[in-house]
Amino acid sequence: MEENSASLAGVAVSKSFGPVQVLYGIDLTLRSGEVHALIGENGAGKSTLMKVLCGYQGPTSGHLLLDGQRVVFHDSADAEHKGVVLIHQEFNLAEQLSVEANIFLGREMQAGALLDRRGMHDRSLQLLRELETEIDPRQLVADLSVPEKQMVEIAKALVRDARVLVMDEPTAVLTAKESEVLFKQIERLRQQGVAILYTSHKLDEVKSIANVVTVLRDGRHVITAPVSDMSVDQMATHMVGRDVSDLFPQKSVLAGSEIVLEVEHLSVPGRVFDASFALRRGEILGFAGLVGSGRTELMEGLVGLRHADGSIKINGAPIRIRSLRDASRHRLAYLTEDRKGHGLLLNMRMRPNLTLLGLDRFVHGLIDEKAEEKALEKAISDFDIRAGDRTVRVGNLSGGNQQKLLLAKTMLVEPDIVIIDEPTRGIDIGTKQQIYSFIDRLARSGKSVIVISSEMAEVIGLSHRVMVMKAGRIVGELEGRDIGEESIVRYAMGLAGSAAA
Amino acid sequence: MSNAVSDRIAAPRVRFKLSVLGPLLALLLLLILGALLNGNFLTLGNIMNVVARSASIGIIAIGATFVITSGGLDLSVGSMAAFTAGLMIIIMNALVPTLGTGWMVVVVGMLAGLLIGGGAGAANGLLVTAGRIEPFIVTLGTLGIFRALITFLANGGTLNLNFKVADVYSPIYSGNIAGIPVPIIVFAVIAIAAEIVLRRTKFGRHAAAIGSSEQVARYSAINVDRVRLMTYALQGALVGVATMLYVPRFGSANSSTAVLWELQAIAAVIIGGTMLKGGFGRIWGTVVGVIILELIGNILNLQSLISPYLNQAFQGAIIIVAVLLQRSKRAAD
Repeated sequence: MEENSASLAGVAVSKSFGPVQVLYGIDLTLRSGEVHALIGENGAGKSTLMKVLCGYQGPTSGHLLLDGQRVVFHDSADAEHKGVVLIHQEFNLAEQLSVEANIFLGREMQAGALLDRRGMHDRSLQLLRELETEIDPRQLVADLSVPEKQMVEIAKALVRDARVLVMDEPTAVLTAKESEVLFKQIERLRQQGVAILYTSHKLDEVKSIANVVTVLRDGRHVITAPVSDMSVDQMATHMVGRDVSDLFPQKSVLAGSEIVLEVEHLSVPGRVFDASFALRRGEILGFAGLVGSGRTELMEGLVGLRHADGSIKINGAPIRIRSLRDASRHRLAYLTEDRKGHGLLLNMRMRPNLTLLGLDRFVHGLIDEKAEEKALEKAISDFDIRAGDRTVRVGNLSGGNQQKLLLAKTMLVEPDIVIIDEPTRGIDIGTKQQIYSFIDRLARSGKSVIVISSEMAEVIGLSHRVMVMKAGRIVGELEGRDIGEESIVRYAMGLAGSAAA
Repeated sequence: MSNAVSDRIAAPRVRFKLSVLGPLLALLLLLILGALLNGNFLTLGNIMNVVARSASIGIIAIGATFVITSGGLDLSVGSMAAFTAGLMIIIMNALVPTLGTGWMVVVVGMLAGLLIGGGAGAANGLLVTAGRIEPFIVTLGTLGIFRALITFLANGGTLNLNFKVADVYSPIYSGNIAGIPVPIIVFAVIAIAAEIVLRRTKFGRHAAAIGSSEQVARYSAINVDRVRLMTYALQGALVGVATMLYVPRFGSANSSTAVLWELQAIAAVIIGGTMLKGGFGRIWGTVVGVIILELIGNILNLQSLISPYLNQAFQGAIIIVAVLLQRSKRAAD
């Protein structure tokens, strides 16, 4: 592998879907033993470029070079066969098969006519341990957490002797610690001579692990440069084409201390234990903690999506919430972290998606489609949803536009308390800024917002107050100037002594 | 797909959509073919006859469109129709001594059919929702149960409706209103109502949402179980209506009544363009699908080149082609 200096290059790659051109003559060279970061806003063409490089789609014009030779990948399997492997953002794993079966899927080891189960098991185990995970190869993929699935995807690529590894936002779903493990593996692969292309919205991460960075904007190549020559700010400026220093809006000053939501001793069996907190009018309350610390489960318990015990008061009055419908009645709304799995109907258009939660507002005997159409028009302009064609299926929108549509859908029912789980997961910096300013405006208009986020900067930059969770419990509360990365991490890691709050 | 880029397209796409027009094209081709093969084919009488005969399965297929759109499946509809028909006949015969042989008995019998069908459908729905059992398994089970019950009720033979009652009831199948056979009128009214319900009511929208993604529906405050239950109950009630039209046609029911109707109904739904995995349905497509299936049999009977015994082979081929077209639609998106 070492002496075979693998490199993959795209030469003047253009790609169009029907009349829509997505890539304009991109040149990109991946060298063996180099980590190449590809950055750009959502919709800049990163995913398409990766798909072209890995044989999922052919270029409309331009061509690929593998080891300096012109090459045409007939499909992704052909590309994999030639050592070019793409790890998707949405995992391509068979949920009902075991981890080891997934790792060897399509290139099973055989002992005669039968599967060499022992061999595959041992090799899987070895790979997973090299990746520093404790995953049992016999476990079902369906039972794994998201970061664990990521590790399985990587193990799968390793088994395929990838010489060129293309990773679509591998850290979007990982915690800081899990990302560290991944980076170590990326470094190890790099030293072995693998060429790695890698996308991320986390620019500090790009800065620390990549050797070379390429910026795309609107389907065009903006710049390729050694990472050492570019600061994080410069990268962001290239991506957006304008200055983005003020990512977070100025925090509002809380007018009063009127409590709108009071949660006491809320428990979700097996997930959340005795959580108590209060939320004030106009406040942005952040929930920090590691993935799996019970933040999402706490909120799902609160809004009736999970069974929960405990007492809830809204505006001082005790209420019971047994279903999301109860929560809606009390003007409490929850935006899921999983916009594709739980948030939007991907095979439908924007209109039915927008009105799904608040459909009652459009029913006068029959559904008033004209009113729906008007609401969609308003949502598109209010939330700056960019879709060329209104009849496009929501699954074909970019992540940022999907998130805006999900926000619009939730805000249509005019909630007083909005819980937003991972408001900007996997979306570009320009859209992030828009969403932050939206959350800020929401709070300034007297609504109360709870933000769950695994992105430290987001929690710190937005919240008036931060609750930190660890292993299903609220272990700390930080306010005002005390909110900082270190203080949050200390609580989240259990270093800050006994529970505060 | 890049949105930053797609902003620039101004011209609306006008694209020939084979998936939308496919069923209509197939219908048109069949009509042309039939006309070429036999001069009597394109007569009003023949066409009305075809549609009237397809009414029972058509009404059931309309119910199946709701179930399938919401991501469910009901295999029991054929057995359910036979069971309902048998019970209707038993009930009407039993009422003859008290109510006589007039319209009263027929009306009570028809109401009973509606309730039995609706109840049987609701039972399927409850097993699927409250029992959390796969719809395929539930309705495979009830398919057997209903079929056994009709065989048991008929004691292995045939249940015959009282002849005088049958005479009174007969116009419901064979009668005309303004020259149009009653079954066609019932079929049309139900189809139009169903299209409106599926497309323009909260129930219809919610059913499609659940079929598209149950999780998203749940996270959108939709009572998933209730909507699912309602689709099965509606399917049952429509089986009841179909049976109301079926009983006066033959005046009897036995263990081979309505055999394989479930497959005919599902086939019609799929030919019509409803997605088998749920999330999208259209009633008019189902109606066209039912008529296509009935026309194939009719055309085979009206010509002498091909054996009518091959009827099901043609039907099968059409189903497969319909699904192939659905796939090419997905690839084009």
